[in-house]
Amino acid sequence: MTSGRRLTAYALLAPGLIWLLLFFVVPLFYMGELSLRDGTLGNFYFDWNFANYTDSLSRFDEQFLRTFIYAVVATLIALVIAYPLAYAIAFRGGRWKNALLLAVVAPFFTTYLIRTIAWQTILGDNGFVVDALKTVALLGDDGRLLATPTAVIAGLTYNFLPFMILPIYASLERIDIRLIEAAKDLYSSAHQAFLRVTLPLSMPGVVAGTLLTFIPAAGDYVNAFYLGSASQAMIGNRIQGLYLVERDYPTAAALSFTMMLAILIAVFIYIRFAGSEALMGDETEEAT
Amino acid sequence: MSRVWAWLRHNGIMIYAVAAIAYMLIPLVVIAVFSFNDPAGKFNFTWEGFTLEHWENVFSIPELNDAMLNSLELAAISTVISTILGTLIALALVRYEFFGRRAANFLIVIPMATPEVVIGASLLSMFLIYGIELGFTTLLIAHVMFSISFVVVVVRSRLIGFDRSLEEAARDLGAGPFTTFRLVTLPLLAPGIIAAALLAFALSIDDFVISNFNAGEFVTFPLFIFGASQRGIPVEVYSLATILFLVSVVAMVLTVWQQRRAERLAEVRPDDEAEIEPYAGTPAAPPAPGAAGG
Repeated sequence: MTSGRRLTAYALLAPGLIWLLLFFVVPLFYMGELSLRDGTLGNFYFDWNFANYTDSLSRFDEQFLRTFIYAVVATLIALVIAYPLAYAIAFRGGRWKNALLLAVVAPFFTTYLIRTIAWQTILGDNGFVVDALKTVALLGDDGRLLATPTAVIAGLTYNFLPFMILPIYASLERIDIRLIEAAKDLYSSAHQAFLRVTLPLSMPGVVAGTLLTFIPAAGDYVNAFYLGSASQAMIGNRIQGLYLVERDYPTAAALSFTMMLAILIAVFIYIRFAGSEALMGDETEEAT
Repeated sequence: MSRVWAWLRHNGIMIYAVAAIAYMLIPLVVIAVFSFNDPAGKFNFTWEGFTLEHWENVFSIPELNDAMLNSLELAAISTVISTILGTLIALALVRYEFFGRRAANFLIVIPMATPEVVIGASLLSMFLIYGIELGFTTLLIAHVMFSISFVVVVVRSRLIGFDRSLEEAARDLGAGPFTTFRLVTLPLLAPGIIAAALLAFALSIDDFVISNFNAGEFVTFPLFIFGASQRGIPVEVYSLATILFLVSVVAMVLTVWQQRRAERLAEVRPDDEAEIEPYAGTPAAPPAPGAAGG
């Protein structure tokens, strides 16, 4: 390795990484600084005011709990919907594989807000879903779906579903079919072959998919805004409101930091639990 | 009865797949259908009757046109910048050994794993502290920032499956490093770069959360929708969304088609040969000269 080549590498990296440092890493420090300020709008001053953290935690503990529950439930439902679909595309897709994958990412081709507003129409009080549920008496005569946890979780599940499907598909696709055939040659049933060969080999995709679904779901405020009401507000809604409406910047910044920390801790525990080699497998492979 | 059961067992998963795909497409159908709606009041939520009016007058709302043009301009500039920066990073990561690779990888992955609210809020915090006026520039900074990582991931995946022997051949035939890059590397990489650029463009034009925090008075297409949703979204928005959808699908299909063409052109990859071997784990031997013809 000549030092010239190394210099070239740094020259290629520099512009992009500096942009990320200046506009991703540095702003986090400023948010930290803002979160420790005291005072009122127009005159916020730095004061190591840690009370912002304890205050925002106790003021919004309900939203924190709700956010966590909604995001976990949405992620689990997305997993249940996504796995068989990814399996079908990977192993049974045949020549329709690309068309099916296109259909999976198709929702991304319409504006996120419009997609969510479309769900507002679908789940609306006069929509066919509410009508159908009333007919089969799953919903009372004055029952509604909008402004319920069900609607918000349904929206979260729908909007982040492709993030679950694609990594699972990618890991299933990579499985060597001959391993599954070998299991069957060795007298395993289709069931056993799935549970002991296919499923473990697809775990990296499952771990990546659940993370890619959980993280944006936990930070989302669009679904709760359009499909819920004040009593379904998530942490994202409060952060948005505090920053852009109430302009209580220190509390807002403290709340953002707490949320980021909570998500990081949850992700860290999850990766510990699920096994990090499952997730980082590609990295080492790519580094060659 | 047992034959029905056997058929179901065999095809059940495909039936499920079709149902799941249908579920994913429902909102898209709703958007397209409601672009032909003739709503009685300001809200386009219940079906009132069919009209072509809102398709004939798609561009009749000046604020909506401005927002759309703003979005297109922002997305175009942010795509150019982020695609260049991201491609350079991908080249460095795949082709060079250097100290700090893990840190660089980490810095690229972490923005994709950060909730958008946090990215939007922290950028806004910085702009507030410096008293920077929010608008086009702050949005451009933000959009380039969140697009770079995705560009890196897409271009890197192309580079990893890249056959270096073509470049070596060019060098053997006397081409200098820059000529080789221009005439061999870039054309072969082009599909990956185009795919990355399309992704960056789509991410930018669709971004709501980060823009919501950093736009100030500047209005993009999603921000127009957000503002209008309080007082009733014009039906024209649904028509525009449908147009955007169709354009994106065509662009996507063209890219995939072009990528496959490029793959066929560059199909001298050693692992293709290895496919014929009966063993899974055999490390692919470098192909004998001339063996890569088929």
